[in-house]
Amino acid sequence: MIQIICPFCGKRDHSEFSYGGDGEITYPALDANEESWHDAVFLRENIYGRQIETWQHIHGCRSWLLVDRDTKTHEIFSVKLAHLDWHILLEKNR
Amino acid sequence: MTRFSAWNVIKNGFTGQSGWSRQWRDPEPKSHYDIVIVGGGLHGLATAYYLAKNFKLTNIAVLEKGWIGGGNAGRNTTIIRSNYMLKGNREFYEKSLKLWENLSHELNYNVMFSQRSHIGLYHTANALDAASRRYNIMRQTGSDAEIWSRSDLEKKIPHLNYAHDARFPIHGALVQKRAGTARHDAVAWGYARAADKLGVDIIQQCEVIGIKRNARKITQIETSRGSIQADKIAFAVAGNTSRLWQMAELGNLPIESHNLQAFVTEPIKPLLDQVVVFGVAGAHFYISQSDKGGMVFGGDIDWYKSYAQRGNLPIVQDVAECALSVMPCLGRVKLLRHWSGVVDMSMDGSFFICKTPLDNLYLNAGWNYGGFKASPASGWYFADLIANDRPDEIIKNHDLDRFRRGHHIDERGAGADPKLHG
Repeated sequence: MIQIICPFCGKRDHSEFSYGGDGEITYPALDANEESWHDAVFLRENIYGRQIETWQHIHGCRSWLLVDRDTKTHEIFSVKLAHLDWHILLEKNR
Repeated sequence: MTRFSAWNVIKNGFTGQSGWSRQWRDPEPKSHYDIVIVGGGLHGLATAYYLAKNFKLTNIAVLEKGWIGGGNAGRNTTIIRSNYMLKGNREFYEKSLKLWENLSHELNYNVMFSQRSHIGLYHTANALDAASRRYNIMRQTGSDAEIWSRSDLEKKIPHLNYAHDARFPIHGALVQKRAGTARHDAVAWGYARAADKLGVDIIQQCEVIGIKRNARKITQIETSRGSIQADKIAFAVAGNTSRLWQMAELGNLPIESHNLQAFVTEPIKPLLDQVVVFGVAGAHFYISQSDKGGMVFGGDIDWYKSYAQRGNLPIVQDVAECALSVMPCLGRVKLLRHWSGVVDMSMDGSFFICKTPLDNLYLNAGWNYGGFKASPASGWYFADLIANDRPDEIIKNHDLDRFRRGHHIDERGAGADPKLHG
């Protein structure tokens, strides 16, 4: 069982979370050409090793999280709120 | 290599079984081949066999990093069916089923193909409508398909949960009688033996660790057993396609790697003669009984990207819940083993057999849940592509560029999210 340390709720089983997918895709501007939209929507780096991905704590605080996880071992290195300015605020007030 | 025949079985019975030779050679890799196939799974081995058989090309090596039959060939639930609807898929999987029907004779190896029927349960009127459309298209395109009522089903498969107060009461089933199962190891061994007999080198414990290329071609493959050059190179490494693709510096693919688990119980007496599939709302479950008696079953993928070949517990629980809701009699049966394979999940749930940006590289990938049943046709059409340097009409839209053209081949209509194409 993968366990994710939610910044609000603490360490929880991953069955409380919903997997979002790649966290580092940057979507192009709405008026960008079709090629850049094709690449962003359909192509994946499919990393073998550590990657940043999104999870949502749907059975908890419902926050979207950025998780640094190894796809070979499932080891998790860090968890942050996906809204990074909120994350900074949270860390400051901790 | 001794041929399997009634005569040879009797003869060896009288001579202490001393007349059998090894099934395939264990050759050292040569420095050059006409064609190198990377990946000694079912698709790679089938491709080598059909290249040799259909096109008389025999200076071929199949490179396998582990042992043949040790990857996804040995990690599936062995279900064979052709109930696909969309153009391209329809013809492809029907061709595959036809090849399965003669495969044991073709390979002189008993792959234990058993056409025991594939039973897709339905639970709502909407599901019946959707599936009637699919099954009518199958009938109109030369396949077999039937719809069974609940009373038919109760007679033929008595052990399902027919309770009227079940969360999803069974209303009937969509049936393909020619569908069934086969022995997965025997398929790998049968193709390997038959390809080897035609002169193909099957090289195990040989991992590709580097790829050298210029702007147009792959010039050399570095392996754990030395450098190999080849006129044509074919990738058939589903699960790890992206890794090899990036080793060749070809960028990103419309593929994600995910874990798919399967399960087998302790052997029990004959209980289930068919393949039964239960899929409604969030449930997804398929089950058959092996010849040894084990109940073989599976469900959804693990929902997150992974190369770990190690499954997670919530899916074990989901699958167990499905098992008990559709076959409550399994409640006391012990789980014997459970395992996980890494599958290429593609953006539309369909496969790729296609040319690539490099002149001498060919790709076979993106098999999602459906790789085992596809093996014979995959080898057939991939061999045709490699030999003739152009795709057959049937698979011409199974290329990497189809998303650019808006030509998705999405049987489920789930959209561009690989984990939803279960």
